Amino acid sequence: MLEKLLLNHYEAAAVILSGIGLTNLLLQRNLIKKIIGLNIMDTAVYLFLAAKGYVEGRAAPILIENGSGGWLNSSSIYVNPVPAGLVLTGIVVSVSVTAFALALTLKLYESYGTLNIDEALMKMTEEQKDIEARIDEAEEEVLA
Amino acid sequence: MNEELRAIWQTFFNWVMGIGPRPENEVIPPEPPPDLPFTQKPRDKYSRFHEATLKERYNQWLEIHGLHLFSVLYAGLSVLTCVVIVSLLLATVAELPPFGHERNPANNEVIRRYVEHGGHETGAQNIVAGLILDYRAFDTFGESAVLFTAAVSVLMLLGASRSNKPDDGESPLRHHHAFSKNDTILRGVATLSIPAILMMGCVVVINGHLSPGGGFSGGAILSTALILAANAYGFGRVHDFFSERTFIVSSSTALMIYALSKGYSFFTGANHIHSIIPKGTIGDILSGGLILPLNICVGLIVAGTLYGFYALFSEGDI
Repeated sequence: MLEKLLLNHYEAAAVILSGIGLTNLLLQRNLIKKIIGLNIMDTAVYLFLAAKGYVEGRAAPILIENGSGGWLNSSSIYVNPVPAGLVLTGIVVSVSVTAFALALTLKLYESYGTLNIDEALMKMTEEQKDIEARIDEAEEEVLA
Repeated sequence: MNEELRAIWQTFFNWVMGIGPRPENEVIPPEPPPDLPFTQKPRDKYSRFHEATLKERYNQWLEIHGLHLFSVLYAGLSVLTCVVIVSLLLATVAELPPFGHERNPANNEVIRRYVEHGGHETGAQNIVAGLILDYRAFDTFGESAVLFTAAVSVLMLLGASRSNKPDDGESPLRHHHAFSKNDTILRGVATLSIPAILMMGCVVVINGHLSPGGGFSGGAILSTALILAANAYGFGRVHDFFSERTFIVSSSTALMIYALSKGYSFFTGANHIHSIIPKGTIGDILSGGLILPLNICVGLIVAGTLYGFYALFSEGDI
């Protein structure tokens, strides 16, 4: 198994990177660090796709002139162009998701003054209890 | 035997539910004065002897040890999950076809078709550009729309709160303009490099069908020029020519042009109608059919969106 992993070392590195990102996402209590973990997982996916598209000894998929005004378009001289397009999609979606998540985090920080998810949740629970207590008081007043 | 079992069960049941026998020395507290409001009267349960139920005992124990136990369990389980997932994936990777081999299943007839016919079918020298902006142009349109939607969502989240607040100038949470006031070195470097960056961005966008690059990478380069300008001269100067309105108008127009022109191209292509869009000769600047205008549209959207993200996060306003 180890030889096979060494043969596919880019893919193995991508998988380990994605594991690091997932651990980061689960263990970090700071929301910004959680988003960084998500980005590490994205990067692992790009690495995996780029590695899958590579073919030994071939050129980048940009047509080369053949010297007599034509273009070399034999499929045996270029690497796979599809993963490049897929990685592009991945990058765009990752940028969008990261920006949206960071905006939500900023709003959370403005409301609760903390980036720690546990502290923010505790403050949320306290607020909820406060509101419930106030509702109870109001109900009593109405009953009285 | 049956009686004994029943007695044991009764004791256990009482222990769980908290209904034990009343002890001899129980002190019943005096009744509370009647003028207390209803809710402040101690409840009946607490005024008499009360044996804790199993649930209450569990809750009590949880309050003391729960948080620590939870964090240990959570960390352990997450590490375990990750290790399991990584080892499963590594086992899969070991079974994958060898890296970089030309006979891999990924290099199939789709790739042959794209490489062999991409040149004369799309007119683009860069096969990836032909792939993403001609064969799979609706995918790229979706990407641009996703980016635009994200920018509008961030604008909605961060921009709206800013305009609702009374305009007292500085927001305490954001330290903007802290380092960019009259920084001579930054301004000098920006003056020298912004034209070069803009030119580089334009070259990458316009040569997207001839060389590596295209709308997304070129747009990112253009947005760095805008960000540098905003840092060197302040957001106000950039706002003079790139405001929220400019951003919305340019992005929407670019998306609209993209949708209409590509819709026309797909409609004619699918129905075998002659398209008026010339393909040009491969390798010229004006070649590749719609790829050049589409690259420019995408570049505009990306440049605006990335600068918009920066401005919104540091300033709260485009």
